[in-house]
Amino acid sequence: MTTERGVRGLIDVTIRIGELQQIDLETFKFALEQLSRQYSMHIKFELKEERAEFRCGVCGEVWSFERENLDPEIREAIHVIPEVAHAFMRCPRCGSPDFEVIKGRGVWIESIGEGIKC
Amino acid sequence: MLDPRISVIGERLGRISKIIAVSSGKGGVGKSLIAATTALILSKKGLQAGLLDLDFTNPSSNMILGVSNVYPIEEKGMIPPKIHGVEYLSITFFAGDEAIPLRGEDVTNVFIEMLALTKWSDLNYLIVDTPPGLGDVLLDLLKLIRRLMFLVVMTPSRLSLGTVRKLLALLWGVKAPVIGVIENMLTEASASLRDEVERLGARFLGSIPFDPEVERGLGNPKKLLETKFAKRLSSILDQALEIT
Ligand SMILES: Nc1ncnc2c1ncn2[C@@H]1O[C@H](COP(=O)(O)OP(=O)(O)OP(=O)(O)O)[C@@H](O)[C@H]1O
Ligand SMILES: [Mg+2]
Ligand SMILES: [Zn+2]
Repeated sequence: MTTERGVRGLIDVTIRIGELQQIDLETFKFALEQLSRQYSMHIKFELKEERAEFRCGVCGEVWSFERENLDPEIREAIHVIPEVAHAFMRCPRCGSPDFEVIKGRGVWIESIGEGIKC
Repeated sequence: MLDPRISVIGERLGRISKIIAVSSGKGGVGKSLIAATTALILSKKGLQAGLLDLDFTNPSSNMILGVSNVYPIEEKGMIPPKIHGVEYLSITFFAGDEAIPLRGEDVTNVFIEMLALTKWSDLNYLIVDTPPGLGDVLLDLLKLIRRLMFLVVMTPSRLSLGTVRKLLALLWGVKAPVIGVIENMLTEASASLRDEVERLGARFLGSIPFDPEVERGLGNPKKLLETKFAKRLSSILDQALEIT
């Protein structure tokens, strides 16, 4: 592994993490920084959360977590296993349990450096 | 896209010696009862046993074991609670008693999440209770748990036999190891389908009679283990798994 090619200047990297992803942000950031240091890269990581959104498969309504009055315990369960939402949430418009998570899962790089969008 | 969850599954299951799925294709033949009781029996024999309930839309192992108000310990993953000596994980820990209407893709996601998050210890056996059907969960199982072995359950009905034939063909087609077939709920009115099973080329492990005592043992593992059902299952397992 060569580190010669490591980019010298400071790079800004923005990483988006779905609200429903079970990741400890601090630990993840620490791990990323350690890794970049290993390759002599100077990267400033910014971790941003993406709020969860749901879409009804029957009537098309889109809604977010905030509109739900959920117990903290249930919220926590949904964070561990997002599909559990189907046990506790219904479409606010038509009452259907047939909805999908359209935002708030996964981890991805949103941008690198200035203006380089991914 | 690389799914980081899938890459940790092998590691999570790495300390388990044998993983056995209890499958049937057909519904209501006694998979859940046999899976849960098998885990209890193995644990009672002094082996380290776990039970994973993969029936997300209609879980029942929690009722068989009489489990309520337990939750896995979170520690960079989930440590399954021990129920009567059995390490146990079910979706009911998260969804409680509510129905969870899930589409196929969601089922796969829950499956992956549970496998990726659960930290089993050095188990001799992990018993997997599966939902009926030859679709999503079976395909996911074959894809995500490489070393999986199958224990097939049927009832003494030609309808059940027909499904078992399809299930076996599917499993053999992908070279999945099949331990054998258990015939469950044999009554005086029914004749054993032993010969038919053997003609399919599968190992016939034994018949378990319909035992009215079972109903009273549901939710009470101690009582359940004392039933004729459990005793017969125990001797079938001794032979099938070569437990001495
Ligand atoms: N040998 C037996 N004697 C008496 N009752 C039995 C026996 N085996 C199973 N049962 C009962 O039959 C019913 C169905 O069993 P079980 O729920 O284990 O089937 P299953 O195959 O898991 O069903 P599903 O496909 O819906 O998951 C239960 O009420 C169970 O207690
Ligand atoms: Mg069942
Ligand atoms: Zn709707």
